[in-house]
Amino acid sequence: MSDQTHLHAEHDIAPGDEEQHGIRERIIGYVVGLGLALLLTATSFFIAGTNLVWQPSIPIALIVLAIAQMGVHLVFFLHITTGPDNTNNVLALAFGLLVVFLVVGGTVWIMAHLNQNMPPMDQFIKMNS
Amino acid sequence: MSMTAALGHAHADPHHIGVVVEHPGPAPKRIVTAYGFWVFLLSDIVMFSCFFAAYAVLVDQTAGGPKGSEIFEQRNVAIETVCLLLSSFTCGMASIAADVRNRFWFYLGMAVTCVLGLIFLAIEFNEFADLVSRGYGPSRSAFLTAFFSLVGCHGLHVTAGVLWLLTMMAQVFAKGFRADVLRRMMCFALFWHALDIIWVGVFSVVYLLGGGA
Repeated sequence: MSDQTHLHAEHDIAPGDEEQHGIRERIIGYVVGLGLALLLTATSFFIAGTNLVWQPSIPIALIVLAIAQMGVHLVFFLHITTGPDNTNNVLALAFGLLVVFLVVGGTVWIMAHLNQNMPPMDQFIKMNS
Repeated sequence: MSMTAALGHAHADPHHIGVVVEHPGPAPKRIVTAYGFWVFLLSDIVMFSCFFAAYAVLVDQTAGGPKGSEIFEQRNVAIETVCLLLSSFTCGMASIAADVRNRFWFYLGMAVTCVLGLIFLAIEFNEFADLVSRGYGPSRSAFLTAFFSLVGCHGLHVTAGVLWLLTMMAQVFAKGFRADVLRRMMCFALFWHALDIIWVGVFSVVYLLGGGA
């Protein structure tokens, strides 16, 4: 294995590496990412404590904002893109996300149904009498 | 059919002299190392997803103890979030400085990242110590167990990250910007940015969703 740090066009690039850019462009990328992330964070904290919006929409808004901010971090800080030189990185990320959604979604789904189908005995007797 | 054709071809040309190389050979070590570390980070995120799932299941099991909205302080969480976000930015600046072999900006970026990480840890430690001193330790209820495990696990990762950060500064000081040191620096930057992504999940799900209810 060679120890070169420059990138070959025929390989995927390393996660975290960018395509060849000047320093200026790279710094601007981080500044844009920081600005977007701060904006999304501020919105999250504002939405969580406000009475201006319909209350049941708040949890969904918070989740959407969190996913959006994770996307901003992935693109601007970790430099994961949809470019052809990033296929391996994106596929690994997609598999990781699949497992995360299976674990979290599956757990919440199953446990909610268990709570519904197996209430404590006193409630169960009340329901059936 | 194609098997036999390939076998026949191999017999005719055992050392692949006449074969045009279609594959470019192994990728450079920087790509292999960073990719392997990326796979580790994803497995770490899968581990955190288990803690998130446990927290989501146990969040209402307070056993007569405090609910999330009674113990969370939004102002502290906002300061922690800004600290971690800014440290992610300064870590990016330090990686750029390392790529262009600029020692001054590298040390400055890493030092600011370290200070911001330590401020984050200090606030989190104070929060934990305060909760325990009020009798709301991890053994009080299933909700608090899940809360301490999830947030504490992230805090342990940040602690490890700060130690790694100091090691990287020492290595650059002692060895300079060698290729292996730069690879480690790259893995560290990936680690630090991934921690910030997990923190986005923590403050949204634990502090904001749990604080409003």
